[in-house]
Amino acid sequence: MAANKNKGAKSKNPPLKKKLRNHLFTEKKRPTKKDEVFDDVSDGQSEEEQLEEAEDLLDGDEQVSDFDDASDISDDDDAPLADDFLQGSDDEDEDRGSGSTSGSGSDSDGTDIEEKSRAIDEQREREEEDAQAEMQLNIKEESDEFRLPTKEELEAEQQRPPDLANLQMRIKDIVRVLSNFKELRQEGNTRKDYVDQLKMDLGSYYGYNEFLIGVLVDMFPVVELMELIEAFEKPRPTCIRANTLRVNIHFSVAVFDLCIFRSTIAIISFEMQTRRRDLADTLSKRGVELDQLSKWSKVGLVVYNSHVPIGATPEYLAGFYYIQGASSFLPVMALAPQEKERVVDMAAAPGGKTTYVAALMKNSGLIFANEMKETRLKSLTANLHRMGVTNTIVCNYDGRELPKVLGQNSVDRVLLDAPCSGTGVITKDPSVKTSKSLDDIQKCAHLQKQLILAAIDMVDANSKTGGYIVYSTCSMMVPENEAVIDYALKKRDVKVVPCGLDFGCPGYIRFREHRFHTSLENTRRFYPHVHNMDGFFVAKLKKMSNTKKNLVSSDGSETVEQTQRPEEIHSDEDNKKELEQQKIKKQSPKGKKKSLKAKGLSGNGKVESPATLKNRDRSENGKVELAATSKKRKRKFPSKEEISKAREEKRKAMRGQKKQPKEDKTGI
Amino acid sequence: MRPLDEKETTAVFEKIFKFTGNNLKNIVENPSHEGPDKEPGRYCFRLHKNKVYYVSDSLVKRATNVARTKLASIGTCVGRFTHGGNFHLTIECLNLLAANAKHKVWLKPTSEMSFLYANHVLKGGLGRITESIAPGDGVVVFSMSDLPLGFGVAAKSTQDCRKLDPNAIVVLHQADIGEYLRMENQHEQIIEE
Repeated sequence: MAANKNKGAKSKNPPLKKKLRNHLFTEKKRPTKKDEVFDDVSDGQSEEEQLEEAEDLLDGDEQVSDFDDASDISDDDDAPLADDFLQGSDDEDEDRGSGSTSGSGSDSDGTDIEEKSRAIDEQREREEEDAQAEMQLNIKEESDEFRLPTKEELEAEQQRPPDLANLQMRIKDIVRVLSNFKELRQEGNTRKDYVDQLKMDLGSYYGYNEFLIGVLVDMFPVVELMELIEAFEKPRPTCIRANTLRVNIHFSVAVFDLCIFRSTIAIISFEMQTRRRDLADTLSKRGVELDQLSKWSKVGLVVYNSHVPIGATPEYLAGFYYIQGASSFLPVMALAPQEKERVVDMAAAPGGKTTYVAALMKNSGLIFANEMKETRLKSLTANLHRMGVTNTIVCNYDGRELPKVLGQNSVDRVLLDAPCSGTGVITKDPSVKTSKSLDDIQKCAHLQKQLILAAIDMVDANSKTGGYIVYSTCSMMVPENEAVIDYALKKRDVKVVPCGLDFGCPGYIRFREHRFHTSLENTRRFYPHVHNMDGFFVAKLKKMSNTKKNLVSSDGSETVEQTQRPEEIHSDEDNKKELEQQKIKKQSPKGKKKSLKAKGLSGNGKVESPATLKNRDRSENGKVELAATSKKRKRKFPSKEEISKAREEKRKAMRGQKKQPKEDKTGI
Repeated sequence: MRPLDEKETTAVFEKIFKFTGNNLKNIVENPSHEGPDKEPGRYCFRLHKNKVYYVSDSLVKRATNVARTKLASIGTCVGRFTHGGNFHLTIECLNLLAANAKHKVWLKPTSEMSFLYANHVLKGGLGRITESIAPGDGVVVFSMSDLPLGFGVAAKSTQDCRKLDPNAIVVLHQADIGEYLRMENQHEQIIEE
């Protein structure tokens, strides 16, 4: 019967129960010691209580009764509580009406139950108060537990050798605070204080320089950041790629099967050619434990454990497999070279990707493997020969010169695995943590922009099978990745197409102050903590036409900007004058016209080409985007606040002056 | 990059002939599948910076616009001319030789590694050997699983091998695939970017 009643109560009283549940949770937050102490007691008593009424217990020790209550609720079939629901609240009684089966039962001891329920209510209130008080106390305690170190403390810390355990504790604490900032923050400290301290601590604990940790903090939420940094500390699994030029794909499958179903070896070996069988045998005999890398690659194998150096087995030396990171598969898979095509690998050494490309092309067609550094040519050619690649011409140019050498629009596909800061492969090269600065990133980005334009120039848009460029870096920096692609989109007639990789995170469309073309969603980012491979970026571009018409138009826009800037300043000055003189409200159209006139005059004085004038006219009409838009928007409601407007004008003027030297540089 | 002159051609062909016998014809006449051309072309030998490359015709055509100083390698390198004017086969041509080899020996698994460390092949390590090898013939060395490991020169004929004691040399070492590791000090074996 009790159970029956309870069902009714359940369905009618979800909010009340929720409250109780919450209540429970608050209780759980108490220090665990208490829980342990009272655990046994409550267990025993809850059983008892199912038999008799709880009243006498209510007066007893508070903690114990707390627990009784808790256990009762969680049990969900306690008689007193159900009765309380029935009798305690009037509206519910009405709701229930005659449908209630418990009517007769509760009648008999109605007064009793009322009293009881009242008592329980009171007690609950008391508990809630207690709990809240305790919560407050807890919060205080917690915040007492962690507070940001003061300046003096930090200074003192710097005197001593770093206390790693303490640092780790503090990092953990800050991460905890930041992930629940509203609740756990310490009065008077902003989020920035915490983040700054976190940057400092992470920097000294893991050995990052200020710049790199700053960028990483900007890119990831704190919890993810910690995962990433931890992932950087661990090595990635070793991967090998079966060389299909030497071994059939079945090899990889055979090895895979071999590891799992040893009984099927005999069957497989009959089907396989002698060489492959023996290879599989020998590899497992040598104590190499392998598994398929994942379902996206047929040729990738991951090495779990090996008793021999897998870089020195006869099979390795004979070119049956190549050791390369899982991330190195991706750009080649995105490139998807076809047989009989002309492909350029602009930065080929040490040849992992080139040999994969050759394998996909089955040694047909032609690969230009370019490498700028002479010292790396030797390993590149050695690897090509070892892997049995015969369709390659290895050359030693600066990638930027390649379009001149190989001819513009002369090849079907280009793979540009650009030289980069290497911030995605900190695992392999921890020196990146300290050696890279903003300057390095910018230098890399500059080179990458030149390289990607060169790559695009080489590709023939009219190629029947190709016309693609794949750009990849092992960097996680936005300036080296999305910004480069965005730049290429502006400069050449290309579009971003899906990489053909069904995993990976989409590239940034907006990152902090940057806004990129929306098609950059098609690019792919890979992270150590998410995909268990090196930090990597892959973008695939399709060249739409061989004309550089975008280049022309962007030049045009540049001239627009350039012509506009002085005009902007002029108009600003005009506006200021007008402001001072008249304080007109509808000043914007007039001001514009006036400024135009003024500009025209001054322009005549300066000697302007008609084309630029035209451009300016267009911009005056507000139809040219880019620089004009911001101005236009601001101009739309000039009448609202004159003061703020005046300020804006000032700011704009400042900006214009700042921009000018910069733009001149790019213009040249 | 230029075609071989007559003297050089003779030197190269003689050397390869030692290993392949009449199969040399295959090497010269095989149709090439490299290059973007639809029609299969031929292979040819080209000399570039002392090295001799065995390369598809269509690749040679495409490589003409790469400056001489900037060209590092093309197709397959088969060997190089020494300063003294002798021609030496290098390990890179192993695949070519192995595919057309006339004389072969197979090594027992236990002696594989020894050969890969540039040691000669001893009678004790010999698993199998083809018939009719004469001393001085070029021999391609395989593992028992038909993995080409390198090549060398026969020190004894097949007949003599039967009666040799286990420590006698059967094949004199010339090149082995272990060179890929040994010669490449700066070779990044494991990791690439």
